[in-house]
Amino acid sequence: MTATPQAPTPRPAGRRAQKLDERLAGYKGVWVFVEYERGQVHPVSWELLGEGRKLADALKVELAAVLLGPPDGAVRGFCDQAIHHGADLCYLACHPVLGDYRNAPYTTVLTDLVNRYCPEILLLGATTLGRDLAGSVATTLKTGLTADCTGLAIDPENRGLAATRPTFGGSLLCTIVTLNYRPQMATIRPRVMATPVADAKRTGRVIEHAVALIEDSIITKVLEFIPDDHAAEANLPFADIIVSGGRGMKRQENFRLIQDLARVLGAEVGASRPVIQAGWVGADRQVGQSGKTVRPRLYIAAGISGAVQHRVGMDKSDVIVAINEDANAPIFDFAHYGIVGNAMTILPALTQAFTEHLRARKQAC
Amino acid sequence: MHILVCIKQVPDSAQIRVHPVTNTIMRQGVPAIVNPYDLYALEEALRLKDRYRARVTALCMGPPQAEAALRKALAFGADEAILLTDRVFAGADTLATSYALSAAIRQVHQDLPVDLVFAGKQTIDGDTAQVGPGIAARLDMQLLTYVSKIVSLDLAAREIVVHRRSEGGVQVLKTRMPALITVLEGINEMRFASLADMFRAERHRLTTWNKDDAHIEDVTKVGLKGSPTAVSKVFAPTPTNRRAEIIETQSGQPVDLAATLVAKLLARHPDVALAINPSLELDGRSS
Ligand SMILES: Cc1cc2nc3c(=O)[nH]c(=O)nc-3n(C[C@H](O)[C@H](O)[C@H](O)COP(=O)(O)OP(=O)(O)OC[C@H]3O[C@@H](n4cnc5c(N)ncnc54)[C@H](O)[C@@H]3O)c2cc1C
Ligand SMILES: Nc1ncnc2c1ncn2[C@@H]1O[C@H](COP(=O)(O)O)[C@@H](O)[C@H]1O
Repeated sequence: MTATPQAPTPRPAGRRAQKLDERLAGYKGVWVFVEYERGQVHPVSWELLGEGRKLADALKVELAAVLLGPPDGAVRGFCDQAIHHGADLCYLACHPVLGDYRNAPYTTVLTDLVNRYCPEILLLGATTLGRDLAGSVATTLKTGLTADCTGLAIDPENRGLAATRPTFGGSLLCTIVTLNYRPQMATIRPRVMATPVADAKRTGRVIEHAVALIEDSIITKVLEFIPDDHAAEANLPFADIIVSGGRGMKRQENFRLIQDLARVLGAEVGASRPVIQAGWVGADRQVGQSGKTVRPRLYIAAGISGAVQHRVGMDKSDVIVAINEDANAPIFDFAHYGIVGNAMTILPALTQAFTEHLRARKQAC
Repeated sequence: MHILVCIKQVPDSAQIRVHPVTNTIMRQGVPAIVNPYDLYALEEALRLKDRYRARVTALCMGPPQAEAALRKALAFGADEAILLTDRVFAGADTLATSYALSAAIRQVHQDLPVDLVFAGKQTIDGDTAQVGPGIAARLDMQLLTYVSKIVSLDLAAREIVVHRRSEGGVQVLKTRMPALITVLEGINEMRFASLADMFRAERHRLTTWNKDDAHIEDVTKVGLKGSPTAVSKVFAPTPTNRRAEIIETQSGQPVDLAATLVAKLLARHPDVALAINPSLELDGRSS
């Protein structure tokens, strides 16, 4: 494809206008910014392509991936992967100034792309990179941005994006719309949307975008990157099994029961906020609204009441098992399986039962 | 050196309750506090003040009551405080908020050039983390978000080196002032205000600016009118129809409950069975 749509003037129309301004109707298509850093695509980008596909289908428009990065073969390879994950086409901008993420050159290039091709929706991951970039791009384009969303839908009446996010400390949800401004922008939390199954047979177009920037004109320089010590860090959002403990575990020593079960299952340890505040485990293990969003195959919650701020971080798990001595604890309203009982005795029994299963499995091999 | 800190007054969200029947927010009696993340920004500015004899100006947009947040900033050691308050600012989303704040900062800058602007990582009511990047874009300042450490500051060269948290690690960035920095929680520990400072703060005459003082001529860019986004509905999370299948056995003993649960899990959820991947050689010690 070479034809470039005529860019409508990105001027917002009056807020109360009933029909979408004609200029804005020229904005077409759903875009997902694919976050690529140091040789890796952030998994949230694939999750967004899965969700973007649904939005594009509802609107009957194309889904595009946008990839910015240094001029090496790897970035190009990720265009194919983006297409396998649902994109119809990929906008690709490669340039040495885009080597490491920096706000200024990324904002310039993404803003240029939007002004040239005029998408109606632009989605980014609610990561440190995505939030940094989205805030600058939305302000430069003078359009609306909804941060940290947990749900997206198309309003069939006006083809607008309805973006849902937690509000007031997570006790309520609110849906936000962007009226007569385009593109409609949103950042979405990692692990809220399911990862689509890649289809290696899908094909699509790649549109290269020339970047006219020079390093000398960019004020901020990256001196160094200090990677986290991954050995010490929990990778909760991508764990297959999580065993979490809450205030009901009573004391730090009792958390050993959580760790024992986690070890037998090859699981990560998670926790509710009071546990973090008490210092029983590190802050990177907090699940929930102000912690991590997780979606493992199995989530075991022991001594956790199931407050909404915890729930929003874990209720997309495939299977939830709750252990609580209070039969009326809210967690039993959304867990799949429950044991009403004392976690101090149930947890060791579970560890034992899984150990026996594993022994049998090993012998069968 | 002149540092400007953006602070917001917010309702203490830990104390907000939702009416169980009407699903409305019960604001009554909920105390207003300084956005906790902004205190880290203020403290970081005050540390630079102590080291480089900088001047610190606190800026807050909000209703007249937000004055309390600014008095707090003064008590901690800010030199000046500006309350940006006008009816036309009401109902602003982040785009309109960054417009008004950046207009005010431009005005402050005319009197005394601003070298650094500090903002919190995010607010606890808006929770968007967008206002900081928005102000930087409007004032054409270098933007450094999620800063976990200020490594060095060279006043002569006007250079600053920081640690910026990013996915999987820390970026060490060097930039030139003027710059806007949003700081991460835990970057510092807030000082205690001295009694003398608290008295000084009480006596201090705050600067109060309306839209004209901030030289905002185009009122379609502020408040509700200047906000591209609108809340279309507020609702409680839908209760799932699910109700946990409660595992019960005749004996009610933990061993039997556990065995029953494990058997059901493994039989009904092959994915779960496959995901079990013990990190410990099974030598019996784990039981
Ligand atoms: C702005 C804001 C953000 C928040 N963010 C988060 C967040 O990200 N993550 C989070 O988790 N919370 C968060 N919270 C806190 C949240 O509201 C709850 O307070 C918290 O999740 C409760 O943790 P808990 O279930 O461990 O403790 P509790 O609510 O005290 O529940 C303890 C449970 O343990 C059970 N129990 C006690 N003894 C035993 C026993 N021996 N065996 C079995 N069960 C037992 C009790 O029946 C009870 O149900 C947030 C709150 C606010 C205001
Ligand atoms: N009304 C306001 N007055 C002053 N500063 C604000 C205001 N709103 C937001 N800020 C600043 O911008 C940061 C991010 O806010 P937010 O985008 O709402 O999460 C806050 O931590 C404050 O430093």
